[in-house]
Amino acid sequence: MSADRGPAGLGRRTFLKVAGASGAAALVSLPAPSRAAGSLPVAGEDESSVLVDTTLCVGCRGCEAACAEANKLPDPPVDDTAFAAVRTTSPDAFTVVNRTQKGDGSPRFVKRQCMHCVEPACASACPVRALDKQATGPVAYDGSKCMGCRYCMVACPFGVPKYEYAKAIPVVRKCTFCAGRQAEGKLPACVSVCPSGALTYGKRGRLVEEARRRVYGNPDKYTPHIYGEHEAGGTNWMYITDVTFEKLGFEVAVNDNSYPKLVRGALGVPPVVMTLWPPLLMGLWAFSHRDGKGKGNDKGGHHG
Amino acid sequence: MADVVAATGRNGSWVQERILLGMTFREYLRSLWTPFNVVCTAILAVGLPVLVYRFAAGLGATTNLSQTQPWGLWIGFDMMTGIALAAGGFTIGATVEIFGLDEYHPIERPAILTGFLGYMLAVIGLVADLGKPWNMIGIFSNNGTQSVLFEVAWCVCCYTTVLLLEFSVPFFEWLGWERFYRPLKKALLGLTVLSVMFSTMHQSALGSLFIIAPGKLHPLWYSSQIFLFFFISAVIAGICMVIVESTLSHKIFSEQFEGQHVDVDKLTLGLAKAGAVVMFAYFFLKLQGVIDNHALGLIGVGFYGKWWLVEMLGFVLLPSLMFAWGARNRKVTVVRVAAIVGVLGIVVNRLNVSLVAYNYNQPVRYWPSWMEIAVSLALVVAGVLAFRWIVNRMPVLRSMKAIAAQRAEGTP
Repeated sequence: MSADRGPAGLGRRTFLKVAGASGAAALVSLPAPSRAAGSLPVAGEDESSVLVDTTLCVGCRGCEAACAEANKLPDPPVDDTAFAAVRTTSPDAFTVVNRTQKGDGSPRFVKRQCMHCVEPACASACPVRALDKQATGPVAYDGSKCMGCRYCMVACPFGVPKYEYAKAIPVVRKCTFCAGRQAEGKLPACVSVCPSGALTYGKRGRLVEEARRRVYGNPDKYTPHIYGEHEAGGTNWMYITDVTFEKLGFEVAVNDNSYPKLVRGALGVPPVVMTLWPPLLMGLWAFSHRDGKGKGNDKGGHHG
Repeated sequence: MADVVAATGRNGSWVQERILLGMTFREYLRSLWTPFNVVCTAILAVGLPVLVYRFAAGLGATTNLSQTQPWGLWIGFDMMTGIALAAGGFTIGATVEIFGLDEYHPIERPAILTGFLGYMLAVIGLVADLGKPWNMIGIFSNNGTQSVLFEVAWCVCCYTTVLLLEFSVPFFEWLGWERFYRPLKKALLGLTVLSVMFSTMHQSALGSLFIIAPGKLHPLWYSSQIFLFFFISAVIAGICMVIVESTLSHKIFSEQFEGQHVDVDKLTLGLAKAGAVVMFAYFFLKLQGVIDNHALGLIGVGFYGKWWLVEMLGFVLLPSLMFAWGARNRKVTVVRVAAIVGVLGIVVNRLNVSLVAYNYNQPVRYWPSWMEIAVSLALVVAGVLAFRWIVNRMPVLRSMKAIAAQRAEGTP
């Protein structure tokens, strides 16, 4: 990676240092968690999370570059032509920044990546647990376990998991929330380089409160909704904005319920069937063969 | 095996008797030269190389799957539809072995064979569709118990094994291996109980797969009770398939039934009664599902609303009434037509859930590539050929005694 193509003309290394410091500063500046009596517990409150304040994002796409470097992905597009069309994440781009316009014509940017649900549909759908929710927050993926059924792609309400269709031996590709970096005590790559304070990293419980503080503290500015607070039962990446979430390209029809819970009723069927069917069927057999009425299996004549 | 090979070509040898239908090798080859076989060979000659090519080149080179359409024809048709159409195995198995309706005995083995072949082909289709099929082994070790697909995978494994054991009864009888044949035949009741149990879970779980995707499946098809609909429609599929298949078998393999007094028409009318009731109940259950999903207002609205009406009126209510009318007035032909409509209805329903009404709100719609169609077609043809190969040799449609007697008379 050449030194001249970092965002805002900064060299990549310098940029990372500066941004890392500002990210850490954002972390430190959070108010202490206030668990006032009666405040409701937040789902996954101790999991690491990110709050995205889209009003602060300047669209530098430094997060895209840092993500590509951390995950050894191809370099993202250099110039702003990247904003010409709305992009989605892909097997080679785990995060993308899209641009839209506010009513007054000023640009608004939104960074998209895996939402890292508190109760992820994809991980619950994975029959081999290649996708698995870590206790610390990230929805991690182990390609060596994956059998390539792509049920995660069917299940994910945000359309995040992407598949390497072009490869003969493919795997699923998506943002891992830099689970490895987080385990080493580092910030996720994207958060570590964000120069504008749009990305705030912290525990989910604290970030929900921080989001509420910003939204309710500035009702004239913010749209009164925290995207990800309840969507899909709560996500570890949450968004606040001063435009509509529809405009930012979010899946506004997503259920507020946990997706894994949707199938719980259906998954209750097998134990019932396995317990009841054999005695029930044997009872029916005994009934239909009582008094030698049915002639049974050992009947002569035709085969069988 | 060695002595079997050594015996090849000798007049009246085991191979000639059991494999070549009593013909010499040359005669047998000549007998294969039929228009039907030529068409089948052509389809296989296209489909099977594509199947190999898929593993060399990957899914992207062979299918029209995309990031928004992860499941295509191989899941929607080969898996979803194939498994439903294989439901005759447990439906008739239960009718004969458990409910003791012995008059349906003659169609039990063909139904089980169809089920077995259907499952084998669905598994091959699934292996083609999986990105890394060898990792399927993780199903047994990784405890993905929150996944409906976990249930599906276990049921496929277990039920295919049960079908294999059920089918091994005529297989060992054909081989003349009494030691295996006798105990397996005795175990048939237990196997049938297992087949009903696994089928109940498996058929319903294929529907449950979509419960986790409420925003992607059209509200007229989405239901949190979809597993009930899938199970009940699988019973419908089983009944309809058995009618269609026994009709075809008795037409195509009519010489195999010489000397047997099987009243197929009577069995067909009996099945039609059952089919009429189940389909009628299914129609109203589906309607209830739509109401429960607050989607009643969508019926008849737009393409999907009209298409739902076509499926429910044309492929469920109509054949249900035809079954009822046909059974009452003893019109076997009407029943047979209704069964064909019923089978098509199941195909339409499974394709609707997995492909047509899935991603209904996406701007770019999926259409299978010619290679996906070629593989699916080849698998169906392979199934038909395997069915024919087996019933011409093994005691499926007729007893071993009848096979020997007919062979002696010179009919194949």
